[in-house]
Amino acid sequence: MAEIELKNLSVEFGAFKAVDDVSLTVKDGEFVVYLGPSGCGKTTTLRCIAGLVKATSGDVLFDGRRVNELSPSERNIAMVFQFVSLYPHLTIRENIAFPLKARGTPRAEIARKLEWVTGVFKLGDELNRYPAALPPGARQKVALARAVIRNPAVLLLDEPLSAIDEQFREEMRWELGHLQRQLGVTTIYVTHDQREAMSLADRIVLMNNSRIVQVGDPDSIFLQPVDIFAGQFIGSPSMNLIDLVPVDGGLRLADSGVTLTAQRHSLPDWALKSRRKLKLGIRPLNVHLVEDETGAGSDIAVDDVFSVGRERFFTFRIGDTIHQGVDKRGKRAAGEGRVHFDPDGLLFFDAETGRRVVAEERP
Amino acid sequence: MTAAATTHETRQAELKKRSSGRLMIFGFLSPTLAILLFMVAYPFFSLVYYSFFNFSALRPEAGMKPIGFKNYAFLLSDPELWDRFVFTGKFVFLCVALQMLIGIFVGYQLQKNFRGRDLVFTLLMMPMMLSPVVVGFLWRYMFNSEWGVINFLVSSAGFPKIDWLGQTNAALWAAVIADTWMWTPFIILLATAAFRGIPETIYESAEVDGASAAYTFFRITLPMSAPVLFIALILRLIDSFKQYDLFFALTGGGPGSSTMTVSFAVAKTAFSYFYTGEASALAVILLLIIIGLSMILVRHLGKMGEKY
Repeated sequence: MAEIELKNLSVEFGAFKAVDDVSLTVKDGEFVVYLGPSGCGKTTTLRCIAGLVKATSGDVLFDGRRVNELSPSERNIAMVFQFVSLYPHLTIRENIAFPLKARGTPRAEIARKLEWVTGVFKLGDELNRYPAALPPGARQKVALARAVIRNPAVLLLDEPLSAIDEQFREEMRWELGHLQRQLGVTTIYVTHDQREAMSLADRIVLMNNSRIVQVGDPDSIFLQPVDIFAGQFIGSPSMNLIDLVPVDGGLRLADSGVTLTAQRHSLPDWALKSRRKLKLGIRPLNVHLVEDETGAGSDIAVDDVFSVGRERFFTFRIGDTIHQGVDKRGKRAAGEGRVHFDPDGLLFFDAETGRRVVAEERP
Repeated sequence: MTAAATTHETRQAELKKRSSGRLMIFGFLSPTLAILLFMVAYPFFSLVYYSFFNFSALRPEAGMKPIGFKNYAFLLSDPELWDRFVFTGKFVFLCVALQMLIGIFVGYQLQKNFRGRDLVFTLLMMPMMLSPVVVGFLWRYMFNSEWGVINFLVSSAGFPKIDWLGQTNAALWAAVIADTWMWTPFIILLATAAFRGIPETIYESAEVDGASAAYTFFRITLPMSAPVLFIALILRLIDSFKQYDLFFALTGGGPGSSTMTVSFAVAKTAFSYFYTGEASALAVILLLIIIGLSMILVRHLGKMGEKY
């Protein structure tokens, strides 16, 4: 087990900065998920921790010890790759035992650990088969077994579930989370799938454009996004974003006749007095369908409603932009023709910097 | 009634059309088939046929006396033939072993991208493009004991000159060196292609798993490229087993007949002594050995392929 510390880590490929000044401490036994769009630098960060990529500047520390110069095999890490990397010419048994054999572990110990790990992953029937005979999900299970058989200090997972069928992926996700808690191994997991991140992580590290955007537990990442990117990347359907125009006694939604006021929409005082251009962020989850004019935004007419199972999705227009809402109830009741913004769900962003504004600092 | 007649007629017409189509296909193929029959099938069957006769192509007026398996019996009891086989075996073993070892080693070094890689590979192809007879004469000059460049190098290094083509063992090595020079690039090309076919993540996996470079090479790289390397091995084995023209130019089978391969013996029996029947029998024996060898190897290759 180990604590991992990244200190001002940067990785450059020629003129391209893949990782730009990233600092983070992953606690011993913690499950940290790097989340972000493709090309944001999350995989490169992981490969840098693994030692497969050299840091251009900054340090990687394991339990306070600098490991920049150590090769992957000297770091006591295990890694599972996005695309299955089992050795095709070896049986499942030989694949799982490979890391032990490569290090010259005694036979008896290999046999003991093999028994333990095949029990954990229920791979007993597959041991004498070759990887090609297994479905992708099972192959990734083998890769995971191969990763943990050595009791590594750090487990690194690079989108391990993305090449697996949807149904099996869900199942693997729960198993993976269970296994990690059981083993207590420090785990860093890279994904672009927010559902994976939300369900697995102790802490999420949100990355964009080679930098860390926000670090926090899944709840705080969801409820308190630091900027527009964080707000829109997390949550599905994506957060609605509406320009605000200051008017007398309130904030008008741009390109519409709707004005948010203090008493009707419980707007914070600072927002009304703010001299910067603001944008309103509101998650579809916080937009409801209503009959009468009871809340914020209730002057907006609903466009389309469609039900999916027990959820009800609907759209509404502000100017030319289509926005979305989600409601829990199944069917649309008669007269429900207006949308209502939940006052607790109103998020304000600085239109210029994109940062979320919580309270106005003195200029 | 009329309807049935019409369908019958259309079917007839269709059949006619189809058979004329087949005829046309055959028409297009027939020149090639004729050449193939003339160049491959006819010589092959006459070879087997001749092998059962006492017959010389030089004296066709003497006629063909059927003698059953006597040609075979004579050959198989001839101690000289066994010498040919032993020599051919030595040559094949040394050539294939040396070419595979050097080929795999150099191929492994050349798999990475570097500047001028294409040029290096183009140059590597050169020896293969030459005719073995040309290669034979080229090396014959280089191996000349008096003024050849090899002995120049040997003596400048402070060693006594070697009578390369005048001693049996030295001549064997001279032939092995010439053949290796010519055919190692072939192994290099195939080995490099096989090595480059192994995905990078496999190597990264092995690195993370703690495998040393040597362990990775022997447990990952070699077994994963084994099918391709095995094909290279089969081709070289068969080809060097049939080697004739290199020896014809390089040693002429000498000194004496000590560097005469089985193929060389076939050619000499057929076209120097004109014992056509006996030469045919020897060619059939050689063919059977090569077919047997290939079948064993190809079956092994098939087993190898089942895993993946």
